[in-house]
Amino acid sequence: MTASPEKIRYRAEPSGALLIRPLDAMTLIYHRASGITHMVTEPVPEILEAMAGDALDAAELATRLSETFDLGGADDAAAIIADRLAELAELGLVSAVRG
Amino acid sequence: MSNPHGDASILVDALRDPETVRQLGSDGWTALLAIARAEQLIGSLAYRLEGQPMPGGVAAILEDARLNAEYQRRSALWEANRAAAALAGYDGKVVLMKGTAYVAADMKAGIGRHIGDLDIMVAEGDLPLVEEKLLAAGWEWVKEDEYDDAYYREHMHELPPLIHKERDRMIDVHHTILPKTARPKPDAEAMLEDAVPVNTVSPEPVEGRAISLSIFCPEDMVLHCTAHLIADGELDGGLRNLWDFHCLIEAMFASVMDGNEPPDPIWVHDQTLGPLYRRAKQHDLEAALRRAVRLADYCFRTCKSELALSDRLFLRRLLARNGYGQPTRKLTRLGFYIRSHWLRMPPFMLARHLWTKWRMGRKKSASDAG
Amino acid sequence: MQEFRLTVGPASFRLLSEWKKPLNQMRELYAEYPAADIPDFTVRLEAVNALRRFIRPSAAINGDYMLPDAAPLPIEQGLLALEMGMNLQMALGWRRQMILHASAAERGGKALIMTGESGSGKSTLSALLGINGWRFMGDEFALIDPVNGEAVPYPRLISLKNEAITAMQDGAADIRFGPLMKATPKGDIRHMVPPADAIAQMSKRANPALILFPRFGHDPAIRDMPPSETFMRLTQASTNYVALGEQGFEALTGLVQNVPARALDYRSGEEAMELVEKLWEELA
Repeated sequence: MTASPEKIRYRAEPSGALLIRPLDAMTLIYHRASGITHMVTEPVPEILEAMAGDALDAAELATRLSETFDLGGADDAAAIIADRLAELAELGLVSAVRG
Repeated sequence: MSNPHGDASILVDALRDPETVRQLGSDGWTALLAIARAEQLIGSLAYRLEGQPMPGGVAAILEDARLNAEYQRRSALWEANRAAAALAGYDGKVVLMKGTAYVAADMKAGIGRHIGDLDIMVAEGDLPLVEEKLLAAGWEWVKEDEYDDAYYREHMHELPPLIHKERDRMIDVHHTILPKTARPKPDAEAMLEDAVPVNTVSPEPVEGRAISLSIFCPEDMVLHCTAHLIADGELDGGLRNLWDFHCLIEAMFASVMDGNEPPDPIWVHDQTLGPLYRRAKQHDLEAALRRAVRLADYCFRTCKSELALSDRLFLRRLLARNGYGQPTRKLTRLGFYIRSHWLRMPPFMLARHLWTKWRMGRKKSASDAG
Repeated sequence: MQEFRLTVGPASFRLLSEWKKPLNQMRELYAEYPAADIPDFTVRLEAVNALRRFIRPSAAINGDYMLPDAAPLPIEQGLLALEMGMNLQMALGWRRQMILHASAAERGGKALIMTGESGSGKSTLSALLGINGWRFMGDEFALIDPVNGEAVPYPRLISLKNEAITAMQDGAADIRFGPLMKATPKGDIRHMVPPADAIAQMSKRANPALILFPRFGHDPAIRDMPPSETFMRLTQASTNYVALGEQGFEALTGLVQNVPARALDYRSGEEAMELVEKLWEELA
């Protein structure tokens, strides 16, 4: 049985694994393990920073982000963050670690 | 003027004994670099020659080659990581093959090695499941016409190649190491059974389950290389395969001999490397192994084995490259081309294959003209 | 095989050909360029098969790096084939600097870099600048040193296409040209020897000061380009960005963060030159 996407826990690549350069509205992320450069917008850099070294699911991450940012409706925020996390997992910038 | 009539011996010499490059003048270097590039051994050579005195221009070229090898290594390991992530939840073993396996296991054969596509092996019965998971994770079929597709599925030892739509990298999914139609019948089940985990490329456990990628056990790694070198194909890239083989055998000796020098002459392997020869018998590759040992010995060790007459033909083909980087010895090459088809297929099927290819070629040129 | 060796900027080549004529043309056009002792790359012009060496001779472009399905060219276009072979070696094999598919020119020790798709006019503009007070640095590749960000000249022969050929022929009297090659896969082509100072100073680097994305055939307009868009376009214009890994990333982020970039639309070479001079005054 597959868990609901919002319950999956993710861990970000350790900070030394990424080079992050904010340019303008976009931020560049160089991923050392893959050698791939990703161009992202908010809230991706914020998500990666907030995750630090911890394994978090979308709701936990939303709580953590809301300490620094105004996220509006919190339920909605968790769903949006879950989508971003799934995308980041596909790129290999975060990994699912549920278990 | 570099000698255009020479062959690839100059490269074999440099790989065997890096000090031989001290005798090279400008033309010798120019020839060596062209041959090494054409044989896709420039990266291996670059690492092998580290520390040797050389002209500044050569050092810069070899530095480029090392940088490029590092790029290929990084990409190969990442593709393996992504394949593992895509195959999360699959219970069977996923075995990395060839270059990716060498770099994943940090082996001498992987140092500077050229790596193109990702090759993996899974159990034949699981191909549909593996295919489905890869397609779901962003790999797509490289366009194939129906004949080639059907041909792959019926007769080959791999799926038609898949390419990842974002990363633009190919993956070849094998279920054995030689085409089904080839005469030697390696024991693919045993190869999977005895494959060992390699942890360097595995991503974090997904949904509670660790994804473990595997590599062949040391004997099977040597024998896969052997099959690739001797029993399959036209010997394109043969020198690179032979260098792989040499590095793998050396590593095997190093572990068996506890750091002592391997025995000379090397044909006393039989005693030292008993498990390897027993395994070769099991995979129907004993004769091929013996030939590969003789050839690698002759090329890359100072104490040379006696070559059989037929070995000399192989050697002639392996070294068929001149100082301009051009392929030479057309007749020998043609002979090995025909042999490669012969090895892969029973004669009747060979005729049908060439006939179908020929008809398709005709149809294609007719439509091009029209 | 006939042989000719030459050096262009930091890169050197061994050109081999089964036919004498294209090599002789190269020898003549590259007469002022240094020779090469141990060349970085080998390019081979070879008959597609033995018969085609003599009958409707057709030249395959081979060498250290090859494209699997590159179409051969008729031998009358052998000079173009050799140039394409040299470009291919650089694009696929060069790792010492980051390669941008771009033209470049220098003034006052600072470099202007122009990149854009085929037909943007970047090659012609660099040639025009080269005969109007600037030092021509290259019309095909701009090389960026990953360590210090300097632009390294690569002043190969200038490849003029279609209308640009007549424009340049009328432009200056003392320019040397190669043969006019009609109806090549890239249209009519004629190569032009870069101005003498470009060749004499081919190892003199310059710091990038302005990046332009010219576009020919549109009403004159200048648009600021944000660093992220510049970055994206330059990765697309680079043949070795990915292979250079982290040092490529550092070099390119450094470039787009430190150097202003503009998109430039224009309708004629004259108009473009005026706009370039104006932007250079303001920004460089």
